[in-house]
Order: sequence, then C-alpha cells, then structure tokens
Amino acid sequence: MKIGTPKETFDGEARVAMTPDSAKALQKLGHECLIEAGAGAAAGFTDAAYKDAGVKVVKTGAALFKEADIVAKVRPPSDAEAKRLREGQTLISFFYPVANEELMGTIAKKGSTVIAMDMVPRISRAQKMDALSSMANIAGYRAVIEAGNNFGRFFTGQITAAGKVPPAKVLVIGAGVAGLAAIGASTSLGAITYAFDVRPEVAEQVESMGAEFVYLDFEEEQQDGASTGGYAAVSSPEFREAQLAKFREIAPDIDIVITTALIPNRDAPKLWLEDMIAAMKPGSVIVDLAAERGGNAEGTVMDEKVVTENGVTIIGYTDFPSRMAAQSSSLYATNIRHMMTDLTPEKDGVVVHDMEDDVIRGATITHEKAVTFPPPPPKVQAIAAQPKKEVKELTPEEKREAEAAAFKQETKTQVTLLAVGAAFVLGVGLIPGMPASFMQHFIVFVLSVFIGFQVIWNVAHALHTPLMAVTNAISSIIILGALIQVGSSNLLITLLAALGIFMAAINIFGGFLVTRRMLAMFQKS
Amino acid sequence: MENAFTIAAYVVAGVLFILSLGGLSGQESAKRAVWYGIVGMALAVVATLFGPGSGLWFVSLVLIAGGAAVGYQLATKVEMTQMPELVAIMHSMVGLAAVFVGFNADITINMVEAAKAAAQGNGYEGAFGSASAFTALVAKKTPVEIGILRVELVLGIWIGAVTFTGSVIAYAKLAGGSSMLPFAVDTGAKKLPGGHFLNAAAAALSVVLLLMYLSGSGSWALVLLTIAGLFIGYHLIMGIGGADMPVVVSMLNSYSGWAAAAIGFSLGNDLLIVVGALVGSSGAILSYIMCKAMNRSFISVILGGFGGPAGEQMAVEGEQIAIEADGVATALEDADSIVIIPGYGMAVAQAQQSVAELTRRLRAKGKTVRFAIHPVAGRLPGHMNVLLAEAKVPYDIVLEMDEINDDFPETDVSIVIGSNDIVNPAAQDDPNSPIAGMPVLECWKSKQVFVSKRGKGTGYSGIENPLFFKENTRMFYGDAKASLDKLLGLID
Repeated sequence: MKIGTPKETFDGEARVAMTPDSAKALQKLGHECLIEAGAGAAAGFTDAAYKDAGVKVVKTGAALFKEADIVAKVRPPSDAEAKRLREGQTLISFFYPVANEELMGTIAKKGSTVIAMDMVPRISRAQKMDALSSMANIAGYRAVIEAGNNFGRFFTGQITAAGKVPPAKVLVIGAGVAGLAAIGASTSLGAITYAFDVRPEVAEQVESMGAEFVYLDFEEEQQDGASTGGYAAVSSPEFREAQLAKFREIAPDIDIVITTALIPNRDAPKLWLEDMIAAMKPGSVIVDLAAERGGNAEGTVMDEKVVTENGVTIIGYTDFPSRMAAQSSSLYATNIRHMMTDLTPEKDGVVVHDMEDDVIRGATITHEKAVTFPPPPPKVQAIAAQPKKEVKELTPEEKREAEAAAFKQETKTQVTLLAVGAAFVLGVGLIPGMPASFMQHFIVFVLSVFIGFQVIWNVAHALHTPLMAVTNAISSIIILGALIQVGSSNLLITLLAALGIFMAAINIFGGFLVTRRMLAMFQKS
Repeated sequence: MENAFTIAAYVVAGVLFILSLGGLSGQESAKRAVWYGIVGMALAVVATLFGPGSGLWFVSLVLIAGGAAVGYQLATKVEMTQMPELVAIMHSMVGLAAVFVGFNADITINMVEAAKAAAQGNGYEGAFGSASAFTALVAKKTPVEIGILRVELVLGIWIGAVTFTGSVIAYAKLAGGSSMLPFAVDTGAKKLPGGHFLNAAAAALSVVLLLMYLSGSGSWALVLLTIAGLFIGYHLIMGIGGADMPVVVSMLNSYSGWAAAAIGFSLGNDLLIVVGALVGSSGAILSYIMCKAMNRSFISVILGGFGGPAGEQMAVEGEQIAIEADGVATALEDADSIVIIPGYGMAVAQAQQSVAELTRRLRAKGKTVRFAIHPVAGRLPGHMNVLLAEAKVPYDIVLEMDEINDDFPETDVSIVIGSNDIVNPAAQDDPNSPIAGMPVLECWKSKQVFVSKRGKGTGYSGIENPLFFKENTRMFYGDAKASLDKLLGLID
C-alpha cells in the first residue's frame, strides 16, 4: 500500500503526519511512503531528509491524493481535501466526528474509510496510538512555557544578594494527560504547584508528580472514573459550587492558572470566573487549554492572548502542539505508524481492516459507504474499576452514635458480668446451712480477685516476665499453711509440712531474686 | 487461734503484695515494688513463725534457710533465655506444696474426728492442748464446716496436682535438651490414644471421687483423686505444642494461685486467700492477653493444636532470595529508620548481645533503631523484653506491637531475627490460614525486610510464611548469632 502525507493546509499548522523516522518503520511493514514537497518544512524536516529515508516526494497535494491508497494527515480534512478522497481510499487523521458530522456523512457516501485518531479508545493496548494523549502531553508542557513567557517573574524561589524572590504558585485545573504534563513541567521549574480534579482517584498521580492535590470539603458519592472511559463527567451543581468556592478562596494567592478541564463532546465548563480573575494579582497568567471548546476561564478568547483590566494575561491559544512542531510531529507520526502496524498484521504491506478489533473498530468512523460512528462500547474496560473505599469517613453524628453504641455495649457487658457475679455470690450465700465463717473468707476471696483484675491490667507488657516471677514468689505464701501444720503431733504431717516449707522457700527466694535481677536490667537510654 | 498481731501483720503483708503487683505498671516503679513484695513476705512468714500455735520454729527456720540456698543458686545461675523454664519449674513447687498442705489438712481432720469419737463424753476440748494451731482450729468446727473444709482441700489438692505435673511437663518442653529431669519430653504436641476423652474421663472420675470422699469413704479416695489430677496435668500439657507455651505457663501461674487460695480457705487463712486470688487473676489475665495476641480462644489453646484450616491454604508464589552479610550491611548503611523484630530464634541462638551491639553501632551513626515486640514472641509473656534488657538495650526503644505497627510503611529496613508466625502476612491475607485473624507485625510494609533464619523450614507451627517470598524480602540464612557477628564485622 502507498501511504501519503500531504502538507497541512490549515493556517498556522506546522505539524506533519510523517517523519523520516516513521517512514522507515512504515517501509518495514511493506508499505511505500509518499510526501508532498515541503510538508515537513515547518516542523524542521527537509525534503532531502525524506528522500534519504526512501520517501517519494510528490510535487502537489492533488497528485499525492491521487497516488496514495492511505492518506495520513494531522488536521481534519478541508472541504477541498475531502473532495479529493475517492472510493476505497483510507484517511487517517484527527476528525472530531461530533463537530464534523456533515463532512463525515459526505465522505461515507463517497466510500472512503476514515480512521479518526481522536477516536482511538482509551485502553492499555491502544496507548501507543493515543495521539490525543501525545498532543495533550505537549500542550501541557507548552502551556507552562507559554505562561512563563508571559509571567514577569521566576518560577523558583531564590534568595539573592539583590533580595528574596518568592516562588511562583501554579494551579493546574484538570489532572488529565495535559494537566499532569503541566504539573511536571511546573514543579521541575521550581514553582509551588497545586492541582485540582473532579476525580479524586487521580490525587495519587498528582502527588506523585510533586504537586499538592486541592481537596474539597464535599460529601458526595464520587462516580468512578472507569465508568466513563477514564474521562471526567459532568458534576452536580452542588459539587460545582463547592469547587468554585474553593477556587475563590485560593485565587488571590495563585500566580499562574493552567486550566485543562474538558468533558468529552461538550463545551468546556466555566471554572475560573470573572471574580476570581479580578482577585488575582497583576501580572498573573492564565493559560486556558480548553479555549477551543470555549475555555474554562471567563474572558478567554480563542487563539488570542488578552490582558484584563487588572493586568492578568489570559492565553487562549489552541495550537500548543503546533508551536512545538518537531516534537509533536515525531510523536504523532509514531502514533500513526503504530496504527498502521495494527492494520498490517502480516507486515506484508497488505492492510486488513479488522472491524472486530476494538481499537480499529473504535477509531473507524466511516467504512464501506456507511457511517460507523459512534462505535459500540469497547469490550475491554478502559481502566480497572476502582474498588470502593470501604472505610468511609464518618460524620460527627455517626461517630457520636458509634460511641454511644459502644458505650451501651460496654455497659451491657459490665452489667451482665456484675449480675452473673452477684447472682453467684448470692447463690453461695443461699445454700442452706452455709456457715458464716466460710462467707467471711469468701468475701475476702471475691474482693481479692477483683483487686487482682484491677491491678494486673495496668502492668506493662514489657514486664510480664517479671510479673510471672513475682507472682510465683508470692504464691509461695502457701508456706504459711505448712508453717502452721509443721508443729503437729503427727509425724507424717510434720514431714509433709517440712517438705512444703522447703519447696516454698526455694520459690520465695528464687522468685524474688530473679525478679530483682530482671528489673535491674531494664535501663532507659 | 491466731492472735490479733498475726492478723494485723497479714493485713500489712496483703497491702504490700497488692502494691508490689501494682508497681509493675512501669519499669522504674517496678524496681521499688519488688521490695514491697519481699518485705510483705518476710512479715507474713515471721508473724506466722512466732505467732501462737506454730511449733518447731527452729526446724522451720533451717528448712527456710535450706530453701533459700537452693533458690539463690537457681536465681543467680539462670540464663535469661532460660527464664521460661525457671518460671515453669517454680510453679510445680507451689503446686506440690499445695498438695502436701492439703493432705496434711485431711490427716488432721481424720485425727480430730478420731479424737472426737474417743473423747465422746469426756469434753474433748482439752485433748488437743499440745497440738498445732490448725488442729485446734479444726476441732472447733461443726460437721457442716468440716464438709466445706473437705471440698476446699480437695480443690486445693486437685489444682495443686494439675499444676505440679503440668509445670514439670512444661519445664521439660521448654528446657528441651538442657532439662535437669531424668526423662526427656517431646516438644511437639503428643496425646495418648483417646485424646481429650482421657482428660474428660479423669475429670469425671475426680468428681465421683470427690463425692465419695465427702460421704466419708476415707483418704484412699483423696489419693486416687490426686493421681487423677496429676494425670490431667501431665496429659493436658503434653498435648500442647511448644509455640503455645506462653499461654500454658501463664495458665499454670494462674492455677498455682487458685491452689493457694483453695488451701487458704481450708486453713481459714485470709492472707493465703488474698494472695492466691491475686496470683490467680494475674495468671488468668496474662493467659487472656496471650490468647488475644494469637487470636485464639483459651479453650482451643488448652485443647491443644491449631484448629483445622477452613479450606485450602493460599499457595505461596515466588522464591526465597538469599542475601549475604555485606548486602545487609550496605542496606543498613543506607537506611535511616530500622526496626528489629526478635523472636524465639534470637533466644535460642543467644544472639541478644550481638543484636544489642548492632543496635548501639547503628544508633551511634544517628540512625533510628527500634524494636517491635509481639505479645507472644518467645516462650513466656514479655520474654523478649527481658532478653533485650539483659543485653542493655534501653527499654524506651523497645515497643509493643500496637505502638509500632503503623510505622512500618515509613521504615527503611526491618530485620526479623528468629520470628516466624508473628510476622506472617497470611494471618491477614489468607482467610484459610490456621492463624487467620491473628494480629501480626506488618513488617512487609517497610521498604526492605531481612529475615535471619536458620534454614528454609517452617516454624514451630509448621505454617508456610509468604513474607519470606515477598519481593522486598531477603533471607539471611544461618545461625542468628553467627550471622549477626558477621554483620558486625562489616559495620563499625
């Protein structure tokens, strides 16, 4: 198959869908590569470099469309380009099928196949061709650079001979790929970075990049990011209020805001409102990566940089990846190459368009004269479902309830034990003919057991061995019994009592001595 | 009858004993508290010796002196690692003494009964003028009181007998090769054919004999009853494995107290009752703490052996990776916070001095070194604390399980020395494990774990330990003392 890449016709677009490196790899798959003359110039790839990589340079775009079986480009096709497509030809590019529905219909009628790079499903296997992520990564990085360019201060705090420079405070809203890239770039420049996302499960990722996650005081069953393919979903009005209140609270401290909040197939949510912008210090910068969808900040103008009355710069560029064309071209070209690898399973230059394959099926929006968008949900879950956190933060009321219940339970056990104990003691007293002399001893016994329990619970764990030794020594108090008996007139009694005295004495002395020895060893450092 | 002074002395002694146990709540107060115990005991003995009715006090003094000599020898010669054996053998003496005193009481009762019969009509009061205080006491009792007296002394004798043989067996199991007994005992759990039915039968027989004795069958019933008690003590402890010895020893501790209390009842001596009750409840609480630490019911420990596993145990994946001393030394050099988990293996290898030296050197380098002690580490409650104290490890870096378990994730290196079940993650992960639910030291959460172990075998309980197969675990094979000495050569 012949894979061709035309020059991007969109104004200001510097990227190109094929690089000399990717072309070499494509040829290994058995394909031939074509490129329109000058297509890579804006991204720094000369025609000569392509020629060296074995790519055929075609003079005009029209000729390329005619010759190529597969056309790979970056931007969605212009009307002119769409007209050039023919039946059986395949187009691989970003397409945004929701926004370009009409164009999709026209192309489908013509019988061309369109593989939309923005529709590659977010599953692990497809990460290598996830061009949105590649571009978002670049956009996030570039957003920080762009912010720095417009921010009149250092990112990092310094103490110099000429005075102290406080570090810049950066807030990143939306911790998707772009957000995380922005966090990484910002922290490595030395700024104090905060990040917010409606999906609390990304807090860990945020913290791993060195930023601080901004938590909301909001009790709501958070939806699982996995159920929406790893993207954020629309949040409830209450949640939104809590979120805005938090932003309002921190806005005066923040020097740079980078907003990346996007919800698939919807206008960007307004998160940084006019009053927050007004609260910011002069010279602060807002980079709105959602400008293409209307922007997260109020006052964002698409593709423009505006300065508000209080001196806050709002950047609404949408071409961040194109501003780093060399980098983004090589990443995008690699994504395309991976897509071709999946389309050419035998590596023999024959494209097999397998509509059973989750990735190919998901990305294909027109095929065999039919619109195949939207795709059925992928068979593989995007992200492993997060197990629901079992330990829920208890509200004060619940805590009090639990405490009350525990107290009740404690009282119950105590009362039960007391009742049983009292019943037992009373029962003993009720036995007919029970002599009072026994009851006197019995009282002493019960009280002693009680004292024993009270005292022993306080013994330190570390001293359990000395405790056993000392209880052993004092249980030899049985020597008293033997001492009383030893004076008997009966020889057998005297003998047994004497033995008892002897053994108990061993125990008394051995027990106390060994306890002393052990206790003397315990030393504080 | 005792006079007022003796009773007053008993009251003071009783208070002193309570204070001596209460003082054990802290290391420093304990040093003072043991003197309370000693003074209390001295007071009690002196008051009894020179009180009324006690004859032959010279002989008594000689016997006490003899006992003191033997006790002194025992207490000063014993190695700290042998503490469990010492405690066990001492329990047996209390048990035996209780048996003797109980028999004496029986003989006295018989004497008094005979004398009563002989003196019928003569007014027997005068007949015992020269007899001991106890005889006089018995003589005053009514028939009902004599009956109760008999129940009490039977209890004292029976519990004493169980304590005696039980403690001897526990001693033999704990001492192993170094036992001073003329016979050897297998340290594993051994039961005669018939198992617990034999125990139950002996217990039932005891009850029958008690009833016969009470109905006046004579002293032979008491002798048989004692033999039944001796058998139960022997057979019960034979059926319990070495790993459960902490519970057994504290249980026997408790029994020796109850035996003393029962004898106290039969002698009508309140001090014996007080002390017996104190010791009895102390041992009971210790047994309870030990059982809780093993997540097992007291009954299941006493009935011996682990409960059968509920199902197939989880297979352990991975392999044990060995490491040499230099690897451990490098890791220790890099670590900031180190936790050492000693177990019975450290006691067996007498490695506590090497462990202490290692601790001193590491601490001198400014590293945080702490010890994590599981409640059932060793063969006696608090055994590890005593060993570490002997080796001069300061007690404020020796922590209990609950104090340190949350700190493992921030720990760089955990060193497990001769412990196995108390660091077994299966207790938490595998519901089918025989030790499932037992609280364990979560050392696998630290960044790296070194396990000093003699070989690849399983521990006392024979349970496979997944900790040894974890990715962050390295096995440091060899005798604990030899391994640590090798390690000390590399750390200065």
